[in-house]
Amino acid sequence: MTAATPARPLLEVDNLSVEFTTRRGVIRVLDHVSFQLTPGATLGIVGESGCGKSMTALAIMRLVPPPHGRIAGGAVRLEGEDVVQASDVRLRQIRGKEISMIFQEPMTSLNPVFTVGDQIAEAVMLHEGLSRKDAHDRATEMLKAVHVPAPERRVNEYPHQLSGGMRQRAMIAMALACRPKVLIADEPTTALDVTVQAQVFDLLAELQETTGTAIILITHDMGAIAEMCDRVVVMYAGRRIEEGPVETILGAPSHPYTQGLLACRPELVIGRVGANRRLEEIPGVVPPLDRIGAGCGFADRCKHAHDRCATRPPIRAVGNDHAVACWLSDTAGHLPEARA
Amino acid sequence: MSDKTTAPGHAEITPPQASSPTREALAMFVRNRAAVLGLLLLAFVIGATFAGPFLYRVDPFAVVGAPFTAPGDDMDVPLGTDHIGRDILAGLIKGGGPTLAVGLSAALITVFIGVLVGALSGYYGGFVDEALMRFTEFFQVLPPLILAMVLVAIFTPSLATIAIAIGVVSWPATARLTRAEFLKIRELEYVKAARTIGANDKRIIWRVILPNALPPLIVSATLVVGVAILFEAGLSFLGLGDPNVMSWGLMIGSSRQYILDAWWSITFPGLAIFLTVLSVSLIGDGLNDALNPRLRER
Repeated sequence: MTAATPARPLLEVDNLSVEFTTRRGVIRVLDHVSFQLTPGATLGIVGESGCGKSMTALAIMRLVPPPHGRIAGGAVRLEGEDVVQASDVRLRQIRGKEISMIFQEPMTSLNPVFTVGDQIAEAVMLHEGLSRKDAHDRATEMLKAVHVPAPERRVNEYPHQLSGGMRQRAMIAMALACRPKVLIADEPTTALDVTVQAQVFDLLAELQETTGTAIILITHDMGAIAEMCDRVVVMYAGRRIEEGPVETILGAPSHPYTQGLLACRPELVIGRVGANRRLEEIPGVVPPLDRIGAGCGFADRCKHAHDRCATRPPIRAVGNDHAVACWLSDTAGHLPEARA
Repeated sequence: MSDKTTAPGHAEITPPQASSPTREALAMFVRNRAAVLGLLLLAFVIGATFAGPFLYRVDPFAVVGAPFTAPGDDMDVPLGTDHIGRDILAGLIKGGGPTLAVGLSAALITVFIGVLVGALSGYYGGFVDEALMRFTEFFQVLPPLILAMVLVAIFTPSLATIAIAIGVVSWPATARLTRAEFLKIRELEYVKAARTIGANDKRIIWRVILPNALPPLIVSATLVVGVAILFEAGLSFLGLGDPNVMSWGLMIGSSRQYILDAWWSITFPGLAIFLTVLSVSLIGDGLNDALNPRLRER
């Protein structure tokens, strides 16, 4: 299905499905999602709100909220070991030590009643059995590594005394304290200023270079994707609809949804009269997941939708290392008549 | 702590040195005059209870004067005597200890059961929550005073059984409060973050969520002390106290028929209960203001 990857995958997500039980029945929020992450690489996952990006991240760490949600099938193999089948004890060893995660909201993802240092040290003490003193020293080191100024002082401060950017740095320090193999960054900069966003991305790139951690970057910021990622997975309504190297996805996207996402980005053009094009939008919203029938989930919003879209298109290789789930890829170049 | 020597080059703006949340709350508490008054009042009651018996060595059960001696009539018994000639002041001093002990230990029992039930219920939800909450409601539908009376009557009345009985009837409110806090806090990102670094349930319940749930729990525990003292007085008044231990409730109970003849035999222990409960309530209110971040800015 997917073209051969150059290196042995570090993390392999294989037909992962997640279901939620609601009053209206069982809803499948992730449907046979597959992708691979190679050591030291950065994989971007993009899509609109509600398309399953964050759920993918939670499912990889097996944090799908019980009792309503559950992993309904598939595997998450970390160096061959299936996380989905792991025992609770093993799972807690994996979390934080092998796979770590940073969240969108640095304001709320640190515990307000403990110092930043205590929280970073906690991870180290859990996994490496260091003494309180050594763990505290490691926390200071980590804060220095994420470029928090005056780390010796900041380590003893409480989250409310730090700025948003500094809190996100502290969060990154906490996630990387045990040198995990995979870091999942779930929209790590959405809540931050633009300037701070750039700093955080630079920091992630720098840390990746020094530690060799592979990163899964979940975002809807195409600029961040272009800057950070090697490969991109585009998700829509709980499915992977397109995947490929970043140049292909950003340069020659095949799926109408991906094309739409890219067209939605405003361009910075100043002073050129008439250059201000009208910003395109994808009409409508991601449909409620219980109302997706047997057809393509995007059909209702797609200007190229035609008869075949009543059947769900499988994801197929369409070129060198590029896969897409759209019937249009059959007729490459010959778009059928747009539906009136 | 040798690593705390920051390089002298760091001349950046230092935030005001009110760092830890605990210290901030303390500063806030001290600024609250009513709360400080409550604290002084409670300190006085506790001081009198502990030091009093050494300064005023009179057996509260001994007959030391004529019955119904009014306060001031006989300087050997400054606050007068009751209907069989027992010293009221001695009763006040000796009765404070048991009253406070029962109040505090009942509050501890209440908080222990309440926090345990509420934490498990709120954290795990689902079936655990259903089962524990139905169990809690079973206690809530029974009138607490009646239930406490039954419990004390079944087991022989002693300070321990009274404290346990009060604890057993008072925990549902604490359990509900704890559950509500846990339901709210368990959804927050830092709890998820704790899980992503590999913390287990036990650690998340006690080390991550509970510290954040503490402010309202501390306030309610303080108020429970006041309620427990009233409860103990009520039980003693009804004759269900430990007859061998002097307590304020017992004094009021045994003198209740003579309220028109000897107002002092009831008024003084009543005043003692009032001041103690008032002091505890003032402290509780002060803690509420100090620990509730929404009230901080006022």
